[in-house]
Formats: sequence, C-alpha cells, structure tokens
Amino acid sequence: MSSKEEIERMVNQWLRFVEELMRNEGLPIVPDEKTGDPIWVDVRDMRFKYLIPVKRIKKFFDGLREGKVYATKCPVKGIYYFPPQADCPACMDENVEWVEIKGEGELITFTKIFIKPFSFMHYPDYIVAIARMDEGFNILCWLSTDNPEEVKPGMRVKLVVKRREPEGFFSYYLEPSTPS
Amino acid sequence: MGHAAIVGIGHSRFGRAPDKQLHELAWQAIRQALQDAGVTQRDIQFLVVGNAGGWSSELLPAVVVGEYAGLTPVGSMRVEAACASGSAALRAAATAVESGKADIALAVGVEKMTESTTMQIVEMIGRAGSFFWEFEHFGLTFPGYYAMYATAYMHEYRAKEEDLAAVAVKNHYYASLNPYAHFQKQITIEDVMKSRYVAWPLKLYDCSPQTDGAAAVVVASEEMAKKLTDTPIWIRAQGVATGTANLSKRDNFLSLEPAVLAAEQAYKQVGIERSQSYKYFDVAEVHDCFTIAEIIAYEDLGFVERGQGYALAREGETYKGGRIPVNLDGGLKAKGHPIAATGVSMAVELTKQLRQQNPESRQADIKKGLAVAHNIGGTGHYAYVTIFSLNKDVRFT
Ligand SMILES: [Zn+2]
Repeated sequence: MSSKEEIERMVNQWLRFVEELMRNEGLPIVPDEKTGDPIWVDVRDMRFKYLIPVKRIKKFFDGLREGKVYATKCPVKGIYYFPPQADCPACMDENVEWVEIKGEGELITFTKIFIKPFSFMHYPDYIVAIARMDEGFNILCWLSTDNPEEVKPGMRVKLVVKRREPEGFFSYYLEPSTPS
Repeated sequence: MGHAAIVGIGHSRFGRAPDKQLHELAWQAIRQALQDAGVTQRDIQFLVVGNAGGWSSELLPAVVVGEYAGLTPVGSMRVEAACASGSAALRAAATAVESGKADIALAVGVEKMTESTTMQIVEMIGRAGSFFWEFEHFGLTFPGYYAMYATAYMHEYRAKEEDLAAVAVKNHYYASLNPYAHFQKQITIEDVMKSRYVAWPLKLYDCSPQTDGAAAVVVASEEMAKKLTDTPIWIRAQGVATGTANLSKRDNFLSLEPAVLAAEQAYKQVGIERSQSYKYFDVAEVHDCFTIAEIIAYEDLGFVERGQGYALAREGETYKGGRIPVNLDGGLKAKGHPIAATGVSMAVELTKQLRQQNPESRQADIKKGLAVAHNIGGTGHYAYVTIFSLNKDVRFT
C-alpha cells in the first residue's frame, strides 16, 4: 500500500501530464488505463470543506478538553443519547441533561481497517469498535491496544480521552480494561 | 388501489464502462425496456431515476437521462435510497401506477461509479451512515461497517471465513454464466482466502466491485399490462423499513432489523409464513454487497433459522436445485453493484426468471410463480423487500 505522500505525488504528476497534453493536443483527453477508451479529464476542481454547527452540543467538546465524555439524557423518560443530542424526540422537548459517561463497558464488535480512506492514510491501520456501556447505550470509536490479537467481542473495555495525533484534536477511544 | 406489473425490461452490461457516460449507459437499458414492452417514449407518463451519485459528474441525473432518452417533458424525479435506490425508483413508479396517476411509468436505476477514482469512491462511500460520528472521526469504510456485522456473526455462531467465502464462490459461478456480469470467471475458496484483508475479517473477494451499470423496467397498470403482454410480472407486494444512521444505535449485529420488518410487511400482504418462506418462492435475489450480507439475508428473510445462514451457504443449498436458489445472476458480489442500478437489476432478473428467459444453467424451476428481492441501502439503512408474481391475486391463508 502506498503512503499518502506517494499517492499525492502520483496524482500531481498525472495532473501535470494532463495539463501538458491539453496544451500540446488542445484537448484534455487521455486513454483509459485499462481499455484505452478516450476519457475527458474534468478541467474544473471542486474542494469540499464542510462547516458543521456544533453550538447545541458544545458541552460535549468542552468535556473532551477536560478529559470527560458526555452523553445527554432525557430527565423525563430516562433515555440516554449518544452521540449527544440537544433535542428529545420522545417527549418533543429540548430539556435534556448532560451526564458524564462512567466509561466502563463491554465490546460488542469491531473491525480493523486495512484499506483506508485517503484522508485517513496517514494513520496506522486502526481498529473501529462498538461497545455497550454499562449505562446501556453503545459507543462507536477507535479501540487502541498494544495487543490487537487479544481483542474479542465480550471483553471489558473502558473509555478514555486522548488527543488524535498528528492533528492534535481531542477524541475518545476505547481501551481494554485493566483487570482490577 | 390498482395493480402494477412489469411489462418491459432492459439491462446494460455491468462492469467498468469507460466508453459510456451516465446517460448513455441509462439509454442502453431504457431502449431495451421500451422495445421489450412494445411502447415508445410517448407512452411513458412518469419517469423515476434512481441514482446515488456523488462519484459522477451530473448533479441532476433524472433530467439528463430524460433529455438523452427522448423522454422530456415527461414528469420525473430522482430518488436516493443508497444501494436500494433502484427499489425506491421501482416503488415510486409502481405507486404512481397503482394510484392511477399514471398508466405507464418507467423506473431506471443507473450508476456511473468509475467517473471517480477508487480513492475518491472510498473517501465518499465511508460517509454512508452518520458522517460526523462515524466517518469524520473514525474513518469507517463501507466494508468496515459490514465487517463489524461479520465479526459479531462469526463470534456468535462460530462461523468461519471459509463459510463466508462459499457465498463468493457461488455468486462468481453464476456470474460466469451471465454475460451481463462484471466478473466472468469462477473462483475457489482458496482464491477468496488468500485475497488481502480490506476490513478484517472481510477480504477483497468478500466485497462487491466498483461497477458501472444501468437497468430499467416499464411498469404498467392492469388494463395496460393486459394489452401489452401475455406474461405481465406483477409487483405483488413490497415492504419498506429504515434503520438508524449510526451503527452504534443498533441493538445487535447479527441481523438487519429493517430487512426483517420489510420482509414481514411484504409476507403479510401475500399471506406467507415467515418460518417457511423459502417454500413459497422459486428463486430469490438478495443484497450480497459483501458475503456476510447474503448470509444474514437468508436469516432475515426466514429461509433458515437464526445462526444457520452460513450452513445454508456452505452446504450449497442456495444453488439452483437447492432449498432456495439465490442470486442466479451472480449477485452484487460478482454481477457487480452499480449502486442505484442494483434494485432495478434485481427486478429485471426476477422478471426474466419468472418468464423463464434465462439459459438453462441459471434458470430456476418456476413452479410457484413467486420470487422475492431483498435490496438494502447503505449498511442496513434502507430495506426494501419486493415480491414478484405471475399471478396478480396470489394470496395464501
Ligand atoms: Zn425526553
């Protein structure tokens, strides 16, 4: 598997080739890599960077900075919401309470991602897991462990807050519980 | 409500299509479907185009397809239900006909995936779920979501990776008999086992490929269908349900709950007993985007008891001549999975099966005149279960 930098280098090299070809031949048409069929290479670029409002769940992110993971809970029906949400559709209200997750749970399932999205290629192969927390709701996030071969459904796990490197933003992770 | 029947079918070859644009691909299927039905563009009163899109350049696929196919100014819409967009298109077209708003409608499913690179597709399709809480932070991939079902299933029932591989072997076998399929070669269990991991425990050969393709069906009212054909294929019943966006909001990873609910709805309309469901159908199409998905589909449709789906695959009971033949066209796994074309392709295949138009090697024995399609969008996000029938009024008590 090529690294992110290698792929970027290959893509840029290819784009330069197309630009040159367009200049020389007058058209951005290249042969398909497998069949040789003529392919027009889009001249326009579109970059997406989504701007996502988090005002109503800001407490969650404030919590991460303090090393805490919060869920919301409906005070009327006792329903936990994770990921946290500011609205309770069950009672048509927005009076949810913020509660810190105790952080102990049981692993339900997991996978290890080998073929990663381009925007994740700079991380080592990672385990994504789903755990049922003792409060009764599930959390999906990365599971970090020094012993990946010991990861099994049913094992006890705990929730921790760490910075995601190399970017440095706070995120939450599952880890195997240390036997007490 | 009136009845709706499929009276014309069309299907492009599935695979990489570097020689065709989205609308050119759609036209391949539309032309065949119109000719098969013996109608022209002027007879079509409503057009529904299923297209998930994103990887292809056209933002408004329904109008682009409509213009190219000579269907303008027929009323139209584009529908999205991820990988079940084709079944959603069929539902919209059938509902238009059943309600009397149209006498003849056209449902098209088309996807032009290879307008983007594999890298771009992986980047985009991982967002199919709950973008912020699954992809943005944790980089899930499409195989990754289903891999978590595979892990849970294998752990619970002690199924092995070889058991999943049996599904790939079967579907490649039938694809090798289907000239419209993406893959034309048979494979062995060993081929699957030595392919590299994509998202553990799923390997490359457990996954459906990135495919371009289109399929189309002409849907007609009872009165119109009887004028157009001697063998209308009735859209006898359909069940629809939706799962949570975020996988972590689900109770278990052994079953796709919306698929169970959709099947229950459809079975109820026909009086089919769930625990015996396989006895009612001559043939089935199920959503095998990954091998594990086909195994779970057997159980969700009631073809076999919980925890026994992998044994059904391992024992070859879903080949022609077995308990119930499944995916005799190669399935998504080997026929290919051009996202929104898949649901319509299932309808085309089951129409051909019920009309007995397939070569003998992959033609099911048609004795009951009933067939079922199970089409899932995303990872258990959308579920459509459709029952096709030779008999308009079939009902069991
Ligand atoms: Zn409430």
